[in-house]
Amino acid sequence: MGTGRLGVPMERPGRASDTSASSAGEPAPEGPDGRRRELLRCRASSESEPPGGASASAECVRRSRPGSCSCAPSVSRQRVESLRKKRQLFPWFGLDIGGTLVKLVYFEPKDITAEEEEEEVESLKSIRKYLTSNVAYGSTGIRDVHLELKDLTLCGRKGNLHFIRFPTHDMPAFIQMGRDKNFSSLHTVFCATGGGAYKFEQDFLTIGDLQLCKLDELDCLVKGILYIDSVGFNGRSQCYYFENPADAEKCQKLPFDLKNPYPLLLVNIGSGVSILAVYSKDNYKRVTGTSLGGGTFFGLCCLLTGCTTFEEALEMASRGDSTKVDKLVRDIYGGDYERFGLPGWAVASSFGNMMSKEKREAVSKEDLARATLITITNNIGSIARMCALNENINQVVFVGNFLRINTIAMRLLAYALDYWSKGQLKALFSEHEGYFGAVGALLELLKIP
Amino acid sequence: MAECGASGSGSSGDSLDKSITLPPDEIFRNLENAKRFAIDIGGSLTKLAYYSTVQHKVARVRSFDYSGKDAEQDHEPPYEISVQEEVTARLHFVKFENTYIEACLDFIKDHLVNTDTKVIQATGGGAYKFKDLIEEKLRLRVDKEDVMTCLIKGCNFVLKNIPHEAFVYQKDSDPEFRFQTNHPNIFPYLLVNIGSGVSIVKVETEDRFEWVGGSSIGGGTFWGLGALLTKTKKFDELLHLASKGQHANVDMLVRDVYGGAHQTLGLSGNLIASSFGKSATADRDFSKEDMAKSLLHMISNDIGQLACLYAKLHCLDRVYFGGFFIRGHPVTMRTITYSINFFSKFDLLEMDRLERPLVNLPLLLDPSSYVPDTVDLTDDALARKYWLTCFEEALDGVVKRAVASQPGSVDAAERAEKFRQKYWSKLQTLRHQPFAYGTLTVRSLLDTREHCLNEFNFPDPYSKVKQKENGVALKCFPRVIRGLDALGWEDRQLALVKGLLAGNVFDWGAKAVSDVLESDPQFGFEEAKMKLQERPWLVDSYSKWLQRLKGPPHKCALIFADNSGIDVILGVFPFVRELLSRGTEVILACNSGPALNDVTYCESLIVAERIAAMDPVVHSALREERLLLMQTGSSSPCLDLSRLDKGLAVLVRERGADLVVIEGMGRAVHTNYHAALRCESLKLAVIKNSWLAERLGGRLFSVIFKYEVPAE
Repeated sequence: MGTGRLGVPMERPGRASDTSASSAGEPAPEGPDGRRRELLRCRASSESEPPGGASASAECVRRSRPGSCSCAPSVSRQRVESLRKKRQLFPWFGLDIGGTLVKLVYFEPKDITAEEEEEEVESLKSIRKYLTSNVAYGSTGIRDVHLELKDLTLCGRKGNLHFIRFPTHDMPAFIQMGRDKNFSSLHTVFCATGGGAYKFEQDFLTIGDLQLCKLDELDCLVKGILYIDSVGFNGRSQCYYFENPADAEKCQKLPFDLKNPYPLLLVNIGSGVSILAVYSKDNYKRVTGTSLGGGTFFGLCCLLTGCTTFEEALEMASRGDSTKVDKLVRDIYGGDYERFGLPGWAVASSFGNMMSKEKREAVSKEDLARATLITITNNIGSIARMCALNENINQVVFVGNFLRINTIAMRLLAYALDYWSKGQLKALFSEHEGYFGAVGALLELLKIP
Repeated sequence: MAECGASGSGSSGDSLDKSITLPPDEIFRNLENAKRFAIDIGGSLTKLAYYSTVQHKVARVRSFDYSGKDAEQDHEPPYEISVQEEVTARLHFVKFENTYIEACLDFIKDHLVNTDTKVIQATGGGAYKFKDLIEEKLRLRVDKEDVMTCLIKGCNFVLKNIPHEAFVYQKDSDPEFRFQTNHPNIFPYLLVNIGSGVSIVKVETEDRFEWVGGSSIGGGTFWGLGALLTKTKKFDELLHLASKGQHANVDMLVRDVYGGAHQTLGLSGNLIASSFGKSATADRDFSKEDMAKSLLHMISNDIGQLACLYAKLHCLDRVYFGGFFIRGHPVTMRTITYSINFFSKFDLLEMDRLERPLVNLPLLLDPSSYVPDTVDLTDDALARKYWLTCFEEALDGVVKRAVASQPGSVDAAERAEKFRQKYWSKLQTLRHQPFAYGTLTVRSLLDTREHCLNEFNFPDPYSKVKQKENGVALKCFPRVIRGLDALGWEDRQLALVKGLLAGNVFDWGAKAVSDVLESDPQFGFEEAKMKLQERPWLVDSYSKWLQRLKGPPHKCALIFADNSGIDVILGVFPFVRELLSRGTEVILACNSGPALNDVTYCESLIVAERIAAMDPVVHSALREERLLLMQTGSSSPCLDLSRLDKGLAVLVRERGADLVVIEGMGRAVHTNYHAALRCESLKLAVIKNSWLAERLGGRLFSVIFKYEVPAE
């Protein structure tokens, strides 16, 4: 049944790009249709195979990598032109389903003509109203109102870009909502990235009757960050850095003009961490990553302090003292370890004091939360610094939701990078921290290069 | 994301190397005579090394004064054995948790009686912190040494001197450990020292090194965070917990994020996406084991990753990991490729063994690829099982023999029991962790047994047996020689070879054999020859050898002797005598120290002297230095041709040795069976072990006669 639905071609002019690269001419209405069918068949057949032998499906997906959308292996120039004229149908979503959080960006058109409003189907209207009139969805969904990008022009349409997040474990509820609100009747395409795009693909299809267009995570990330930086933040700078990060009083958050973005080391701190070296708009590589990321911080905090939310963990951390938990250089050497130029305040052993029973009994939950934050942050800083040196890059942009409302971590990253590189490396941050993957997915939907 | 080992067995040893727990008198051995102290006080553990002299019983053999008097011929035994208290130097290594430092210092103070040292060398961060305490307690002046300088010196020292100190660990390969033999050129390398924190040092030469970085996530983090998470206080208990855990219950893996699709993307689903990631989303309790394992993975991965980044930045391809966090724990090393295992092989190292240079046999075809051991038991599970059982079963006999060797000692039984426990526990450890002490081979099992015996003051359990056997064999010598001389040339060659092999048949381990030997040695020797497999032997290149003998004589033969008594006196010496008569010079190499009933260098000197008194050929050869007795530098029942006494190596080169004869199971089968030499070689042994015989396709007492000529 799903195939039949998706096969209806007439209302999906925007997906003309779905046609194969064969002929660069006319829209060929049955093109997308056939293509889709083929893809679906391809997937369906792989499902009947044992997991080890999913070669057909693997090829299907791989053929389109490292392209953009796995349903659109190639797009001719003409198609792009025609696409821009006959743009993608609303609603415009970009979805990034991570290990912990789902990030959703939604473009709300503000230039809807009366005629359009008239034609707008009820379900579409209801989605628009629901998303834009609320700041919270269910018990866990949140719209980051302060991040909203106003009066943005996308594909010739003017509107606002909304940033919404909810926990990945609520994904089933989200899909159910899509079904309840009859998303599939809109014949929209969900461009999704992140691991969850794969994990939940089948649920989207069987429960929500929705075909996901899966996109490469890192492509989206790079695309998203470059785009968002180019449009700014409602007239302000998107990118910023910290001056005097170690000094609570003199520390200042200052705008940074990323006019020469390349080369750039991009450190994305989500549940885990990915580190990319970006040399140009479409030339980047993944340098490395680490499993010690935001998920580790929050996970350890839950175990150590019994906290239940990221906000709570950070709040505790803000009141704690990590030096009670960590063993500092000065705890071992009585001061600086001059021979290696190690300052006394540097951490010699994270959680090192916790080897002692007395000290374990003397620390508070806040101290432990703080130490966890410091440990994870320092480690990311250290790995990022090594990568920057190895790749010979001196500007490092830290993004990802670990940094959300996390000034302690940002300042520490800024300070650590500056200190250990003797001023050679600059730590940069971006206002929209965790949403770049979702933005990239939206751009793919709209075929914005 | 970091690669992790989700599966893999062999890491679940339950007898891990333990941290020190008091009482310390078991630990601080030979402390009374400690001459020099060095202490490294880290963030969590204190490592103490002391150089101490050991009152160490040694069996010395001393020839009676014959002065050529025939009357002395009847003197039995042929030489004296005096057990002397020899003083040898030993380096002792002890580690304990910092909490015990005061108790340990008290203990040291109370037991340090014979020292005249005024200074203690101290390093590590704690040297600053505990300086006053040490000075007050021990009344020794604390000389602070820079921790890194010490670390590098120590590391260079062991990398160069201790075989198998360094090894390669590869996850999921079989075996997981490959041990490195020593390389003279170890520089440059990256040293990653994992203590409470991690220090990363680039070492360029013997004394040029540079601290390039570090990380605060180290052993202290594992311990501290682990203690918080699991309420388990001890480091070793934490490691033990970790060895039983499943980290995938706590970590968010790629497959958790991607569902099943990771396969189509060419990703390994076992990659950790986020350490402890599940503890944030799942609302449930986690087992201590799983958390400990996850923590261990997290820290090991992190250190491994940083090490790689530093190695890349500094263009170094060799990375050594060291520090207490590693300490022989396979679970720790799962994600680390190259590692160095500090001092895990033995609790104490003997200095004299390290001071005398040991070198390659110049005749090795390719010293860099030479591996002494024939079978790597870490590799071969079946063989491992067999040999471990074999050594377990033989343990009672060894204990009895040890007690019997010191009839006058009041505490022999007690010491022997301690020996039994120690060796037994090592065998048990090896069952679970075959790689716990380095490469596991029959040689290492034998060597470890000798080492343990020594440790409990049984320097030479076979001294009396060897003395007696040498005595009876010497008596038989003239008769055997007469018998041989009566034979025609060709028959004599075969008889000589059979004699060499016959000496090998009898093993003092076999009770029946020793009875026969004691009652009628001549009969024993003859019976041994009867027992030998008829030709063709299991491995038989005798015809080729005989053919060779018809040609020109060898210039110089190097012979590695095996057992005392019949073997060396009635087997080796007649063979040597024949070679000498042909105009071949002979270097007879015997062990420097005792091992089983192998003939030692000292014994060989006496035996040769006694034979010279009976036989003019040997007599003149000794006088003219055509027969030279040398020591191998080893005290092992096996033979490592890459670690021989330098004097022997020099002589071999000087004399231009062109034939190497290796006899006995230990030297020619367990080791060196595949050793390729640049000259002719003869490897002979009788397989006195039915399992091994079967494995080689033969029966008990099958004969190996392997004559090899190098390819032109």
